[in-house]
Amino acid sequence: MANYENILSQLFEIIKPSVKDGRQLEEDTDLVADLGLDSLKVMTLVEEVEDRLDISIPLNMLAKVRTIKDFALQLQQLTEEG
Amino acid sequence: MALFDKFQTLVEARQELAESGVPSINVVMEKIISPTEAIVNGRHTILAGTNNYLGLTFDPNCIDAACKAVHDQGTGTTGSRMANGTYASHVELEHDLADFFGRRDTIVFSTGYVANLGVLAALAGPGDVILLDADCHASIYDGCRLGGADVIRFRHNDVNDLQKRLKRLGDRTENGLILVEGIYSMLGDRAPLTDIAAVKDEYGAYLLVDEAHSVGVLGENGRGRAEEAGVEDSVDFIVGTFSKSLGAIGGYCVSNHPELELIRYASRPYIFTASPSPSVIASTRAALAAMRARPELRQKLWDNAHRLYQGLQETGFALGPEPSPIVAVRLESKAEALTLWSGLLEHGVYVNMVLPPATPNNFPLLRCSMSAGHSTEQVDRICQAFATLRNVSLKSQTA
Repeated sequence: MANYENILSQLFEIIKPSVKDGRQLEEDTDLVADLGLDSLKVMTLVEEVEDRLDISIPLNMLAKVRTIKDFALQLQQLTEEG
Repeated sequence: MALFDKFQTLVEARQELAESGVPSINVVMEKIISPTEAIVNGRHTILAGTNNYLGLTFDPNCIDAACKAVHDQGTGTTGSRMANGTYASHVELEHDLADFFGRRDTIVFSTGYVANLGVLAALAGPGDVILLDADCHASIYDGCRLGGADVIRFRHNDVNDLQKRLKRLGDRTENGLILVEGIYSMLGDRAPLTDIAAVKDEYGAYLLVDEAHSVGVLGENGRGRAEEAGVEDSVDFIVGTFSKSLGAIGGYCVSNHPELELIRYASRPYIFTASPSPSVIASTRAALAAMRARPELRQKLWDNAHRLYQGLQETGFALGPEPSPIVAVRLESKAEALTLWSGLLEHGVYVNMVLPPATPNNFPLLRCSMSAGHSTEQVDRICQAFATLRNVSLKSQTA
Protein backbone atom coordinates (compact mmCIF):
# COMPACT_ATOMS: atom_id res chain seq x y z
CA MET A 1 0.00 0.00 0.00
CA ALA A 2 3.04 2.30 -0.22
CA ASN A 3 1.75 3.61 -3.46
CA TYR A 4 -1.61 4.32 -1.84
CA GLU A 5 -0.01 6.28 0.99
CA ASN A 6 2.04 8.26 -1.46
CA ILE A 7 -1.00 9.06 -3.58
CA LEU A 8 -2.99 10.00 -0.50
CA SER A 9 -0.39 12.45 0.74
CA GLN A 10 -0.17 14.04 -2.71
CA LEU A 11 -3.96 14.36 -2.78
CA PHE A 12 -3.97 16.10 0.60
CA GLU A 13 -1.36 18.53 -0.72
CA ILE A 14 -3.29 19.26 -3.90
CA ILE A 15 -6.68 19.61 -2.23
CA LYS A 16 -5.53 21.71 0.75
CA PRO A 17 -5.57 25.09 -1.07
CA SER A 18 -9.23 24.46 -2.00
CA VAL A 19 -10.25 24.19 1.65
CA LYS A 20 -11.47 27.55 2.84
CA ASP A 21 -12.21 27.09 6.52
CA GLY A 22 -8.98 25.41 7.55
CA ARG A 23 -10.76 22.07 7.83
CA GLN A 24 -8.56 19.07 8.54
CA LEU A 25 -8.49 16.72 5.56
CA GLU A 26 -9.12 13.05 6.31
CA GLU A 27 -9.43 9.97 4.15
CA ASP A 28 -13.20 10.02 4.60
CA THR A 29 -13.58 13.72 3.77
CA ASP A 30 -16.32 14.01 1.15
CA LEU A 31 -15.18 16.22 -1.75
CA VAL A 32 -18.61 17.69 -2.40
CA ALA A 33 -20.57 17.36 0.85
CA ASP A 34 -17.70 18.34 3.20
CA LEU A 35 -15.55 20.60 1.04
CA GLY A 36 -18.32 22.07 -1.09
CA LEU A 37 -16.35 21.57 -4.31
CA ASP A 38 -18.55 22.24 -7.35
CA SER A 39 -18.10 20.46 -10.65
CA LEU A 40 -15.68 23.08 -12.00
CA LYS A 41 -13.47 22.91 -8.92
CA VAL A 42 -13.49 19.12 -9.09
CA MET A 43 -12.32 19.27 -12.72
CA THR A 44 -9.56 21.73 -11.85
CA LEU A 45 -8.50 19.38 -9.08
CA VAL A 46 -8.50 16.45 -11.50
CA GLU A 47 -6.26 18.37 -13.92
CA GLU A 48 -3.80 19.12 -11.14
CA VAL A 49 -3.69 15.45 -10.13
CA GLU A 50 -3.22 14.41 -13.76
CA ASP A 51 -0.28 16.79 -14.16
CA ARG A 52 1.31 15.76 -10.88
CA LEU A 53 1.04 12.00 -11.49
CA ASP A 54 1.43 12.17 -15.29
CA ILE A 55 -1.75 10.21 -15.90
CA SER A 56 -5.11 10.77 -17.60
CA ILE A 57 -8.10 10.17 -15.34
CA PRO A 58 -11.22 8.95 -17.18
CA LEU A 59 -14.32 10.91 -16.22
CA ASN A 60 -16.29 7.69 -15.85
CA MET A 61 -13.94 6.73 -13.04
CA LEU A 62 -14.93 9.83 -11.08
CA ALA A 63 -18.51 8.63 -10.76
CA LYS A 64 -17.27 6.20 -8.11
CA VAL A 65 -15.44 8.88 -6.13
CA ARG A 66 -17.02 10.61 -3.14
CA THR A 67 -14.25 10.76 -0.55
CA ILE A 68 -10.52 11.39 -0.72
CA LYS A 69 -9.99 7.71 0.02
CA ASP A 70 -12.19 6.73 -2.94
CA PHE A 71 -10.13 9.02 -5.13
CA ALA A 72 -6.83 7.66 -3.88
CA LEU A 73 -7.94 4.05 -4.41
CA GLN A 74 -9.05 4.80 -7.97
CA LEU A 75 -5.75 6.54 -8.67
CA GLN A 76 -3.85 3.61 -7.23
CA GLN A 77 -5.69 1.25 -9.54
CA LEU A 78 -5.09 3.55 -12.51
CA THR A 79 -1.36 3.90 -11.87
CA GLU A 80 -0.97 0.15 -11.38
CA GLU A 81 -2.81 -0.54 -14.65
CA GLY A 82 -0.64 2.03 -16.45
CA MET B 1 -32.99 11.39 1.72
CA ALA B 2 -36.34 12.15 0.17
CA LEU B 3 -36.75 12.11 -3.58
CA PHE B 4 -36.85 15.87 -4.04
CA ASP B 5 -34.08 16.78 -1.56
CA LYS B 6 -31.56 16.81 -4.38
CA PHE B 7 -33.29 19.86 -5.84
CA GLN B 8 -32.53 22.01 -2.79
CA THR B 9 -29.64 23.82 -4.50
CA LEU B 10 -31.96 24.67 -7.39
CA VAL B 11 -34.59 25.93 -4.97
CA GLU B 12 -31.98 28.19 -3.37
CA ALA B 13 -30.75 29.43 -6.76
CA ARG B 14 -34.30 30.30 -7.81
CA GLN B 15 -34.89 32.07 -4.52
CA GLU B 16 -31.71 34.09 -5.03
CA LEU B 17 -32.90 35.10 -8.48
CA ALA B 18 -36.31 36.09 -7.17
CA GLU B 19 -34.70 38.25 -4.47
CA SER B 20 -32.41 39.93 -7.00
CA GLY B 21 -35.38 41.82 -8.40
CA VAL B 22 -35.18 40.25 -11.85
CA PRO B 23 -38.81 39.48 -12.77
CA SER B 24 -38.15 36.14 -14.47
CA ILE B 25 -35.39 34.50 -16.42
CA ASN B 26 -37.91 32.27 -18.18
CA VAL B 27 -38.50 34.31 -21.31
CA VAL B 28 -41.62 33.68 -23.32
CA MET B 29 -41.64 34.81 -26.93
CA GLU B 30 -45.20 36.09 -26.95
CA LYS B 31 -45.23 36.71 -30.68
CA ILE B 32 -42.54 36.03 -33.24
CA ILE B 33 -42.35 38.82 -35.81
CA SER B 34 -39.32 37.86 -37.90
CA PRO B 35 -36.05 35.91 -37.55
CA THR B 36 -34.71 38.81 -35.48
CA GLU B 37 -37.73 40.31 -33.72
CA ALA B 38 -40.38 39.22 -31.23
CA ILE B 39 -42.74 40.58 -28.63
CA VAL B 40 -41.32 39.80 -25.18
CA ASN B 41 -42.99 41.06 -21.99
CA GLY B 42 -45.29 43.05 -24.25
CA ARG B 43 -42.33 44.85 -25.78
CA HIS B 44 -40.98 44.83 -29.34
CA THR B 45 -37.61 43.12 -28.91
CA ILE B 46 -34.57 42.50 -31.09
CA LEU B 47 -33.52 38.87 -30.80
CA ALA B 48 -29.76 38.58 -30.39
CA GLY B 49 -29.58 35.14 -28.84
CA THR B 50 -31.22 32.66 -31.19
CA ASN B 51 -28.48 30.83 -33.18
CA ASN B 52 -30.55 31.68 -36.26
CA TYR B 53 -27.30 32.43 -38.06
CA LEU B 54 -28.58 32.76 -41.59
CA GLY B 55 -32.03 34.07 -40.65
CA LEU B 56 -33.80 31.39 -42.67
CA THR B 57 -36.71 30.69 -40.29
CA PHE B 58 -39.01 32.94 -42.32
CA ASP B 59 -37.50 32.22 -45.73
CA PRO B 60 -40.48 31.97 -48.13
CA ASN B 61 -39.14 28.85 -49.86
CA CYS B 62 -38.61 27.08 -46.54
CA ILE B 63 -42.11 27.99 -45.34
CA ASP B 64 -43.70 26.91 -48.64
CA ALA B 65 -41.82 23.62 -48.56
CA ALA B 66 -42.92 22.96 -44.98
CA CYS B 67 -46.57 23.82 -45.75
CA LYS B 68 -46.62 21.60 -48.80
CA ALA B 69 -45.12 18.71 -46.84
CA VAL B 70 -47.78 19.03 -44.13
CA HIS B 71 -50.51 18.92 -46.75
CA ASP B 72 -48.94 16.07 -48.69
CA GLN B 73 -47.50 13.91 -45.89
CA GLY B 74 -49.29 14.93 -42.70
CA THR B 75 -48.17 16.48 -39.45
CA GLY B 76 -45.90 13.73 -38.15
CA THR B 77 -44.40 10.35 -38.91
CA THR B 78 -45.57 8.78 -35.63
CA GLY B 79 -42.71 6.32 -35.74
CA SER B 80 -39.01 5.57 -35.55
CA ARG B 81 -36.64 5.69 -38.50
CA MET B 82 -36.28 1.92 -38.02
CA ALA B 83 -40.01 1.29 -38.22
CA ASN B 84 -42.52 3.41 -40.17
CA GLY B 85 -40.71 6.76 -39.75
CA THR B 86 -38.41 6.79 -42.78
CA TYR B 87 -40.15 8.64 -45.59
CA ALA B 88 -38.66 9.27 -49.01
CA SER B 89 -37.91 12.82 -47.90
CA HIS B 90 -35.75 11.66 -44.98
CA VAL B 91 -33.63 9.64 -47.41
CA GLU B 92 -33.50 12.54 -49.86
CA LEU B 93 -32.26 14.88 -47.13
CA GLU B 94 -29.57 12.35 -46.26
CA HIS B 95 -28.50 12.36 -49.90
CA ASP B 96 -28.54 16.17 -49.96
CA LEU B 97 -26.28 16.33 -46.92
CA ALA B 98 -23.89 13.68 -48.23
CA ASP B 99 -23.63 15.66 -51.46
CA PHE B 100 -23.10 18.95 -49.62
CA PHE B 101 -20.31 17.55 -47.47
CA GLY B 102 -18.84 15.38 -50.24
CA ARG B 103 -19.17 12.33 -48.00
CA ARG B 104 -20.28 8.80 -48.63
CA ASP B 105 -23.16 8.54 -46.11
CA THR B 106 -25.38 10.54 -43.78
CA ILE B 107 -27.73 9.62 -40.96
CA VAL B 108 -30.47 12.05 -39.99
CA PHE B 109 -31.53 12.13 -36.34
CA SER B 110 -34.47 13.81 -34.62
CA THR B 111 -32.45 16.57 -32.92
CA GLY B 112 -28.84 17.71 -32.73
CA TYR B 113 -28.70 16.50 -29.14
CA VAL B 114 -29.92 13.07 -30.23
CA ALA B 115 -27.39 13.01 -33.06
CA ASN B 116 -24.52 13.28 -30.58
CA LEU B 117 -26.15 10.82 -28.23
CA GLY B 118 -26.87 8.37 -31.03
CA VAL B 119 -23.49 8.51 -32.72
CA LEU B 120 -21.29 8.56 -29.63
CA ALA B 121 -23.21 5.90 -27.73
CA ALA B 122 -22.91 3.56 -30.70
CA LEU B 123 -19.35 4.41 -31.73
CA ALA B 124 -17.47 4.37 -28.44
CA GLY B 125 -18.31 1.60 -25.99
CA PRO B 126 -16.55 -0.16 -23.13
CA GLY B 127 -12.87 -0.63 -23.94
CA ASP B 128 -12.78 2.34 -26.30
CA VAL B 129 -11.42 5.69 -25.27
CA ILE B 130 -12.71 9.18 -25.99
CA LEU B 131 -10.59 12.30 -25.78
CA LEU B 132 -12.81 15.31 -25.62
CA ASP B 133 -12.18 19.02 -25.43
CA ALA B 134 -13.16 20.25 -21.96
CA ASP B 135 -15.56 22.86 -23.42
CA CYS B 136 -17.58 20.39 -25.50
CA HIS B 137 -21.36 20.65 -25.39
CA ALA B 138 -23.48 18.75 -22.87
CA SER B 139 -24.87 16.49 -25.62
CA ILE B 140 -21.32 15.26 -26.28
CA TYR B 141 -20.70 14.56 -22.61
CA ASP B 142 -24.05 12.78 -22.36
CA GLY B 143 -23.37 10.70 -25.48
CA CYS B 144 -20.00 9.66 -24.05
CA ARG B 145 -21.62 8.58 -20.82
CA LEU B 146 -24.29 6.58 -22.62
CA GLY B 147 -21.68 4.66 -24.64
CA GLY B 148 -19.57 3.59 -21.68
CA ALA B 149 -16.11 4.29 -23.14
CA ASP B 150 -13.32 5.70 -21.01
CA VAL B 151 -13.70 9.47 -21.31
CA ILE B 152 -10.62 11.65 -21.00
CA ARG B 153 -10.86 15.44 -21.10
CA PHE B 154 -8.12 17.61 -22.54
CA ARG B 155 -7.77 21.32 -21.82
CA HIS B 156 -9.82 23.51 -24.11
CA ASN B 157 -8.14 24.08 -27.49
CA ASP B 158 -4.82 22.85 -26.05
CA VAL B 159 -3.26 20.62 -28.72
CA ASN B 160 -0.20 19.89 -26.58
CA ASP B 161 -2.43 18.57 -23.80
CA LEU B 162 -4.28 16.40 -26.32
CA GLN B 163 -1.00 15.06 -27.67
CA LYS B 164 0.28 14.29 -24.18
CA ARG B 165 -2.86 12.28 -23.44
CA LEU B 166 -2.70 10.42 -26.74
CA LYS B 167 0.88 9.50 -25.98
CA ARG B 168 -0.13 8.08 -22.59
CA LEU B 169 -2.66 5.82 -24.29
CA GLY B 170 -0.06 3.79 -26.21
CA ASP B 171 -1.73 1.14 -28.39
CA ARG B 172 -5.18 2.21 -27.23
CA THR B 173 -5.12 5.14 -29.68
CA GLU B 174 -6.45 2.83 -32.40
CA ASN B 175 -9.63 2.69 -30.32
CA GLY B 176 -9.40 6.41 -29.63
CA LEU B 177 -11.94 8.99 -30.74
CA ILE B 178 -11.12 12.69 -30.46
CA LEU B 179 -14.13 15.00 -30.02
CA VAL B 180 -14.03 18.72 -30.73
CA GLU B 181 -16.37 21.43 -31.95
CA GLY B 182 -15.87 23.69 -34.96
CA ILE B 183 -17.00 26.78 -33.06
CA TYR B 184 -17.59 26.52 -29.33
CA SER B 185 -21.06 27.56 -28.30
CA MET B 186 -20.27 29.66 -25.26
CA LEU B 187 -17.32 31.85 -26.26
CA GLY B 188 -17.55 31.55 -30.04
CA ASP B 189 -13.92 30.51 -30.44
CA ARG B 190 -12.77 28.05 -33.12
CA ALA B 191 -10.97 24.76 -32.66
CA PRO B 192 -7.31 24.75 -33.81
CA LEU B 193 -8.32 22.04 -36.23
CA THR B 194 -5.23 22.00 -38.44
CA ASP B 195 -3.07 21.08 -35.46
CA ILE B 196 -5.64 18.70 -34.00
CA ALA B 197 -5.93 16.87 -37.34
CA ALA B 198 -2.14 16.56 -37.55
CA VAL B 199 -1.95 15.05 -34.07
CA LYS B 200 -4.87 12.75 -34.84
CA ASP B 201 -3.13 11.50 -37.99
CA GLU B 202 0.16 11.05 -36.15
CA TYR B 203 -1.38 8.86 -33.45
CA GLY B 204 -3.84 6.99 -35.65
CA ALA B 205 -6.96 7.94 -33.70
CA TYR B 206 -10.36 8.94 -35.10
CA LEU B 207 -11.68 12.48 -35.16
CA LEU B 208 -15.27 13.70 -34.82
CA VAL B 209 -16.06 17.40 -35.22
CA ASP B 210 -19.36 18.84 -34.05
CA GLU B 211 -20.06 21.62 -36.55
CA ALA B 212 -23.38 22.68 -34.98
CA HIS B 213 -22.32 26.33 -34.77
CA SER B 214 -20.01 26.40 -37.79
CA VAL B 215 -21.96 24.92 -40.72
CA GLY B 216 -23.26 27.80 -42.79
CA VAL B 217 -20.84 30.03 -40.90
CA LEU B 218 -17.29 28.92 -41.80
CA GLY B 219 -15.62 27.63 -44.96
CA GLU B 220 -15.80 28.76 -48.56
CA ASN B 221 -18.90 26.63 -49.09
CA GLY B 222 -20.22 26.84 -45.55
CA ARG B 223 -19.21 23.29 -44.67
CA GLY B 224 -17.76 24.45 -41.38
CA ARG B 225 -14.47 24.60 -39.56
CA ALA B 226 -13.02 21.47 -41.20
CA GLU B 227 -13.48 23.05 -44.61
CA GLU B 228 -12.08 26.38 -43.45
CA ALA B 229 -9.01 24.67 -41.97
CA GLY B 230 -8.55 22.50 -45.07
CA VAL B 231 -8.57 19.24 -43.10
CA GLU B 232 -11.81 17.58 -44.19
CA ASP B 233 -9.93 14.42 -45.22
CA SER B 234 -8.67 13.97 -41.66
CA VAL B 235 -12.10 14.31 -40.10
CA ASP B 236 -13.80 10.93 -39.78
CA PHE B 237 -17.20 12.11 -38.63
CA ILE B 238 -19.03 15.42 -38.76
CA VAL B 239 -22.07 15.91 -36.55
CA GLY B 240 -24.40 18.84 -37.02
CA THR B 241 -27.84 20.25 -36.40
CA PHE B 242 -30.76 21.67 -38.33
CA SER B 243 -31.66 24.03 -35.50
CA LYS B 244 -29.13 26.77 -36.15
CA SER B 245 -28.13 27.86 -39.67
CA LEU B 246 -30.86 25.68 -41.18
CA GLY B 247 -33.64 27.14 -39.05
CA ALA B 248 -35.52 23.95 -38.10
CA ILE B 249 -34.83 21.06 -35.73
CA GLY B 250 -32.96 17.80 -36.24
CA GLY B 251 -29.43 16.50 -36.46
CA TYR B 252 -27.10 14.45 -38.63
CA CYS B 253 -23.82 12.67 -38.90
CA VAL B 254 -21.83 12.40 -42.14
CA SER B 255 -18.84 10.17 -42.81
CA ASN B 256 -16.89 8.35 -45.48
CA HIS B 257 -16.61 5.25 -43.29
CA PRO B 258 -18.96 2.60 -44.72
CA GLU B 259 -19.59 1.46 -41.15
CA LEU B 260 -21.63 4.61 -40.52
CA GLU B 261 -24.63 2.74 -41.92
CA LEU B 262 -24.30 0.21 -39.10
CA ILE B 263 -24.88 2.91 -36.52
CA ARG B 264 -28.53 2.84 -37.52
CA TYR B 265 -28.74 -0.67 -36.08
CA ALA B 266 -26.61 -0.03 -33.00
CA SER B 267 -27.88 3.34 -31.84
CA ARG B 268 -30.70 3.34 -29.31
CA PRO B 269 -31.29 7.12 -29.63
CA TYR B 270 -31.82 6.55 -33.36
CA ILE B 271 -34.00 3.48 -33.00
CA PHE B 272 -36.17 4.42 -30.05
CA THR B 273 -37.42 7.86 -30.98
CA ALA B 274 -39.82 9.19 -33.59
CA SER B 275 -38.31 10.61 -36.75
CA PRO B 276 -38.52 14.31 -37.67
CA SER B 277 -41.87 15.38 -39.08
CA PRO B 278 -42.14 15.80 -42.87
CA SER B 279 -42.50 19.58 -42.63
CA VAL B 280 -39.22 19.83 -40.72
CA ILE B 281 -37.44 17.69 -43.28
CA ALA B 282 -38.89 19.76 -46.14
CA SER B 283 -37.93 23.13 -44.68
CA THR B 284 -34.46 21.81 -43.86
CA ARG B 285 -33.94 20.67 -47.45
CA ALA B 286 -35.03 24.11 -48.68
CA ALA B 287 -32.77 25.84 -46.16
CA LEU B 288 -29.80 23.70 -47.19
CA ALA B 289 -30.45 24.66 -50.81
CA ALA B 290 -30.67 28.33 -49.82
CA MET B 291 -27.47 28.12 -47.83
CA ARG B 292 -25.64 26.66 -50.83
CA ALA B 293 -27.12 29.11 -53.32
CA ARG B 294 -26.73 32.29 -51.29
CA PRO B 295 -23.20 32.71 -49.89
CA GLU B 296 -24.01 36.38 -49.39
CA LEU B 297 -25.95 35.34 -46.27
CA ARG B 298 -22.70 34.15 -44.73
CA GLN B 299 -21.01 37.43 -45.66
CA LYS B 300 -23.81 39.46 -44.09
CA LEU B 301 -23.63 37.31 -40.94
CA TRP B 302 -19.92 38.02 -40.61
CA ASP B 303 -20.38 41.73 -41.28
CA ASN B 304 -22.89 41.83 -38.43
CA ALA B 305 -20.65 39.74 -36.19
CA HIS B 306 -17.65 42.03 -36.69
CA ARG B 307 -19.81 45.11 -36.15
CA LEU B 308 -21.22 43.82 -32.87
CA TYR B 309 -17.85 42.58 -31.62
CA GLN B 310 -16.19 45.89 -32.42
CA GLY B 311 -19.07 47.92 -30.96
CA LEU B 312 -19.04 46.06 -27.66
CA GLN B 313 -15.27 46.05 -27.51
CA GLU B 314 -15.17 49.82 -27.95
CA THR B 315 -17.70 50.18 -25.16
CA GLY B 316 -15.25 48.41 -22.89
CA PHE B 317 -16.80 44.99 -22.37
CA ALA B 318 -14.63 41.90 -21.94
CA LEU B 319 -15.46 39.62 -24.87
CA GLY B 320 -14.70 36.13 -26.16
CA PRO B 321 -11.26 35.62 -27.69
CA GLU B 322 -12.14 36.32 -31.33
CA PRO B 323 -14.86 37.92 -33.46
CA SER B 324 -17.49 35.32 -34.28
CA PRO B 325 -21.25 35.11 -34.81
CA ILE B 326 -21.29 34.19 -31.12
CA VAL B 327 -20.22 37.25 -29.16
CA ALA B 328 -19.85 36.46 -25.47
CA VAL B 329 -19.77 39.31 -22.97
CA ARG B 330 -17.87 38.22 -19.89
CA LEU B 331 -19.04 39.63 -16.57
CA GLU B 332 -17.56 39.51 -13.11
CA SER B 333 -20.57 38.50 -11.04
CA LYS B 334 -23.95 36.86 -11.29
CA ALA B 335 -25.58 40.05 -9.98
CA GLU B 336 -23.97 42.10 -12.76
CA ALA B 337 -25.12 39.58 -15.35
CA LEU B 338 -28.69 39.58 -14.06
CA THR B 339 -28.88 43.37 -13.94
CA LEU B 340 -27.45 43.82 -17.42
CA TRP B 341 -29.54 41.03 -18.93
CA SER B 342 -32.83 42.33 -17.53
CA GLY B 343 -31.84 45.89 -18.45
CA LEU B 344 -31.28 44.79 -22.03
CA LEU B 345 -34.73 43.23 -22.11
CA GLU B 346 -36.19 46.53 -20.90
CA HIS B 347 -34.30 48.20 -23.74
CA GLY B 348 -35.85 45.73 -26.18
CA VAL B 349 -32.84 43.45 -26.67
CA TYR B 350 -32.84 39.73 -25.90
CA VAL B 351 -29.56 37.88 -25.40
CA ASN B 352 -28.79 34.57 -23.68
CA MET B 353 -27.71 34.71 -20.07
CA VAL B 354 -25.48 31.80 -19.10
CA LEU B 355 -24.43 31.35 -15.51
CA PRO B 356 -21.77 29.12 -13.93
CA PRO B 357 -21.26 26.19 -13.83
CA ALA B 358 -22.52 26.13 -17.45
CA THR B 359 -19.81 28.57 -18.55
CA PRO B 360 -16.09 28.13 -19.17
CA ASN B 361 -13.82 29.53 -16.44
CA ASN B 362 -16.72 30.16 -14.05
CA PHE B 363 -17.58 33.64 -15.37
CA PRO B 364 -21.20 34.62 -16.05
CA LEU B 365 -21.79 35.37 -19.71
CA LEU B 366 -24.25 37.33 -21.75
CA ARG B 367 -24.09 35.42 -24.98
CA CYS B 368 -25.15 37.23 -28.13
CA SER B 369 -25.57 35.47 -31.44
CA MET B 370 -25.75 37.32 -34.72
CA SER B 371 -27.89 36.57 -37.74
CA ALA B 372 -27.68 37.44 -41.40
CA GLY B 373 -31.24 38.63 -40.80
CA HIS B 374 -30.11 41.47 -38.51
CA SER B 375 -30.06 44.86 -40.15
CA THR B 376 -27.13 47.16 -39.51
CA GLU B 377 -29.49 49.39 -37.58
CA GLN B 378 -30.50 46.51 -35.32
CA VAL B 379 -26.86 45.69 -34.57
CA ASP B 380 -26.24 49.32 -33.71
CA ARG B 381 -29.28 49.35 -31.43
CA ILE B 382 -27.94 46.28 -29.62
CA CYS B 383 -24.57 47.99 -29.13
CA GLN B 384 -26.33 51.16 -27.98
CA ALA B 385 -28.39 49.29 -25.38
CA PHE B 386 -25.23 47.68 -23.98
CA ALA B 387 -23.45 51.04 -23.93
CA THR B 388 -26.32 52.83 -22.19
CA LEU B 389 -26.52 50.20 -19.48
CA ARG B 390 -22.77 50.19 -19.00
CA ASN B 391 -22.77 53.95 -18.54
CA VAL B 392 -25.56 53.67 -15.98
CA SER B 393 -23.61 50.98 -14.16
CA LEU B 394 -20.37 52.98 -14.14
CA LYS B 395 -22.17 56.08 -12.90
CA SER B 396 -23.81 54.16 -10.06
CA GLN B 397 -20.42 52.76 -9.07
CA THR B 398 -18.80 56.20 -8.91
CA ALA B 399 -21.78 57.92 -7.26
